[in-house]
Amino acid sequence: MAADEQMSRTEEKAVFQRPHALLPVVTNYCPGCTHGIVERLVAEVIDELDVEGRTIGIAPVGCAVTSYDFFGCDMIEAAHGRAPAVATGVKRSLPDHVVFAYQGDGDLASIGMAETVHAATRGENITIIFINNAIYGMTGGQMAPTSLPNQVTQTSPYGRDLDTAGYPIRVCELLSTLDGVAYLERVCVDGPKAVRAAKKAIKRAFQNQVDGVGYSLVEVVSTCPTNWKMTPQEAFAWMRENMLPYYPLGVYRDVQADGFANAAEAAFARAQDCPMASGKAGR
Amino acid sequence: MMAQQMDAVFAGFGGQGVLFAGKVAAMAGLIAGREVSWLPSYGPEMRGGTANCSVTLSDDPIGSPLVLTPNVLVAMNQPSFVRFVPEVMDGGLVIFDETLVSPEGALPELTFGLPATKMVEDAGLAGLANMVLVGALWEKSGFCTEAELLSAVDKCVSASRQALVQKNKQAIMLGAGAARDL
Amino acid sequence: MTEKVLMKGNEAIAEAALRAGCRHFFGYPITPQTELAAYMARKLPKMGGTYLQAESEIAAINMLYGASAAGVRAMTSSSSPGISLKTEGISYMAGADLPGVIVNVQRGGPGLGSIQPSQSDYFQATRAMGHGDFYLPVYAPSTVQEMADLTYVAFDVADGYRTPVVILADGMLGQMMEPVVMPDAADPASLPAKPWAASGHAGARPHNVINSLHLDSEKLYQDNVRRFQTYERIKRDEVRVETYRIEDADVVVAAFGAAARIARSAVNAAREEGIRAGLFRPITLWPYPARALQECRARAVLTVELNMGQMVEDVRLALEGATPVSFFGKCGGIIPTPDEVLDQIRGIAEGLGE
Repeated sequence: MAADEQMSRTEEKAVFQRPHALLPVVTNYCPGCTHGIVERLVAEVIDELDVEGRTIGIAPVGCAVTSYDFFGCDMIEAAHGRAPAVATGVKRSLPDHVVFAYQGDGDLASIGMAETVHAATRGENITIIFINNAIYGMTGGQMAPTSLPNQVTQTSPYGRDLDTAGYPIRVCELLSTLDGVAYLERVCVDGPKAVRAAKKAIKRAFQNQVDGVGYSLVEVVSTCPTNWKMTPQEAFAWMRENMLPYYPLGVYRDVQADGFANAAEAAFARAQDCPMASGKAGR
Repeated sequence: MMAQQMDAVFAGFGGQGVLFAGKVAAMAGLIAGREVSWLPSYGPEMRGGTANCSVTLSDDPIGSPLVLTPNVLVAMNQPSFVRFVPEVMDGGLVIFDETLVSPEGALPELTFGLPATKMVEDAGLAGLANMVLVGALWEKSGFCTEAELLSAVDKCVSASRQALVQKNKQAIMLGAGAARDL
Repeated sequence: MTEKVLMKGNEAIAEAALRAGCRHFFGYPITPQTELAAYMARKLPKMGGTYLQAESEIAAINMLYGASAAGVRAMTSSSSPGISLKTEGISYMAGADLPGVIVNVQRGGPGLGSIQPSQSDYFQATRAMGHGDFYLPVYAPSTVQEMADLTYVAFDVADGYRTPVVILADGMLGQMMEPVVMPDAADPASLPAKPWAASGHAGARPHNVINSLHLDSEKLYQDNVRRFQTYERIKRDEVRVETYRIEDADVVVAAFGAAARIARSAVNAAREEGIRAGLFRPITLWPYPARALQECRARAVLTVELNMGQMVEDVRLALEGATPVSFFGKCGGIIPTPDEVLDQIRGIAEGLGE
C-alpha cells in the first residue's frame, strides 16, 4: 500500500480540484441550483488571477447570503440591495484591491436598483456577478423584478399580471445605456460549453477591474428548482424555453471591443458634441 | 457704547452682503479677544428674499446666539428696516442704507441713514454698501479699534483676492467718514 | 494650529474629522448640514481622500459601512429625515461591530418638518437608530468648539469600542460661527490597527468576515451579550457631563446642545434675582449621565428642550421619582428665549418656597 501511494503521488497530476478561493465547507444550496457552479467559477477566476489575498467580496441578502462562509477571500455581508454601495466604500478605501459583489435579482434589480444604477453610472471599477433566476428564493418563492409575464409565484398565484405588476427588468439592456459601464454580458451555466463561456465572461469582468477598465457586470441566467417547483432537469428545460428568449445571452456592452481602452474613453467619445461634457467649454 | 455686550442684527436682501458684514464684525470681536457668535438666517428666505444674521460680541460666554432684542441694527432694505426697528432695545443704534430705505414712523433716537448704495457707486466700489454701513456702525459705536476692524477684513477676504481687501477697507473708511458728520 | 479661528459649526465638524484622520466622507445634500459636505468636497480631493455624493442617504451609510469594513476612518452626515434613511445601515454597522461617525444636524419633524433647528431626534438617537438590540454613543455639542472637540473624540471612541458614534447637533449649532481652536492633526501612524478589517488577507491569515447575520440563535444571543458587555464599559468610562452653578442649586435646569445655551443665560438671570439655579448639561446623551444628575441634590428639575419633551424621560428615569421634574420646550424651529425659561424657573422657585 505504502509503495503504491508513493508511486501515485509522484505521478499525480491534478486535473480537477477545489479552487483555493473556495473554502472546504458544505454550501446550503438546493439540488439543481446554479449558485454553486457560479461561485466555483468566481473562485477559479480569483485563483487564476492570483488575487485572493487582495480581494474583498460582498455577499447579498438572499440565497447567497452565507457565501461569506464559502469564499476564502475577505468577505463583507451587506444589507439587502446595498452591495454596490458597500463595494463602492471598500473600493474607494482600497483602490488597489479587487472588489466584487455577488447578488441575486431581488437584491440587485428591486430593492437595490438605485445602488446598482448609480454604482454603474459612477463607473466604479468593481465587478458584479448577478444571478437572475426570476424569483425570490430565500424567502420562499415570491415574484421577482425579473419574474416572467404569467409566471406563477407565491405572490403572483395567478401568474404575473402585467396590468398590476408591470414588466420584468432586463438588467443588461438597462445598464447598457450608462457611460460608466465598461462591460456587460449575459450568460448561463446550462452544460459544459455554457459553463466555459460563463467562466470566460466572469474572468473578463475581474480582469477588467485589475486592468482599470471599469464597471463590469455578468448576469447569469439561473435556475431555482425548489421555488419553481420543478426537478433540476425540468428547471433547466424551463430556463432554456422561457428565460433565454426573454433574456437573450450575449454581450451588451464592451468598450474594449468598441475600440476604447476603458469606459471613460468611450464616454468621452460619445460626448464630443457637448462642449461642456467634452471639456471644450470653459467651466 | 460698546464696552458692553453688542447684540446686533444685520439685515437686507440676499446678495447685499449682510452675512459678510456680520462676519466682519464678529471677526473684529474675535481679534479683540472677546466672545463672539454669528448666526445666519438660512433656508428659503435666503433665495431672493431677506437675509439676516445675529452677531453678539461679549466679555462673557454667549448663551443664545439668536438676537431677539438687538442694541444694534444694520438695515439694508425696507422690509428689514420695518421688521427689525420695533425690536431694537431702548437706546439702541440703527444704521441704514438711505438709498434703499425710507424711514417712517417713530424711530429710535440713535438712527442714522447713509446713502450707502449711491456712495459706493459714485466711488467705484459697487457692491460694497454693506462695508460702508459697517464703517458707519464702527464710527458710531466704537465696537472695536480701527486696527481690529481692518484686520478683520484681511481675515474675512481670501488672500487670493487682495484687490477686494483694499476695496472693502476703502468702503469701511468711506462709511466711517460719512457717519462722523451725522 | 492653535490659532483661534471663526468657523461655522458644520465646518468645524468637518475640519475636526479631517484632523482625526478621516479621509472618506459619503453624503447626500440636505439642509441644514450642507456646509459640512461642501467643506469635505473642497478639502478631501486635495488630501488624497474620497468625497462622494451618494445617490441617497441609504447608499451613503452603506458606503460608510464598506469603508469602515475596509479599515479606514470614515464619516457621513445628514439631517433628521436623512438620518431616518440611514438607520438601516447604522443597525448593520452596530451588528457588525463597525466604527464610524454619523452626524445629525437636526431640523424639525416629523416628516419633512422644517429646516429650522430642533432637538426632536433625541429619542431616535438614544433609543432607536435602527432595528435590533443596540445602543451607540451620542455626543451633544453645545458650542462650535465642542462640535470640533467631540467629533475628534468620536473617532477614537468609535475605533476603541468598534461602534458607530453619533454627533447630535442641530441647525443652530451647524449654522452659527464662533471662535474655535482646532485639535492637532492625528499622526496617521498612531491610529489604531484594525486586524479585523476586510482589507485583503494577503495570504497571511484566515479570511475576515464582516457580518451581522447569525442564523444560530445561541450564537446571535452570545453576540448580543458580548456587545452589551462593551456597552457596560462605555457607560463606565465614556460618560460626559457639564454642570454649572449646581453646588447649592434648588432648581436645576437640565438641557443639552443649543437648548443648554439658552438655559445657561436663564440660570444666570435667575441667580441675579437671588434664585439658586444651576445647569445640568449632558454631553453624552447615551450613555446618559444619570449618576451625576442624582448627585445634584436639586429640589426640582426643569428640563428644557427644542422639542415636545424627550430627554425629560431620561431625567425622570435617572431621578426615579425622588425629585419633581417639569418640562419646558418649543419645537418647529422656534427657539425659546432665556426670559421664557427664566419665567419657568421663577414659577418653580416660588412653588418650592411655599
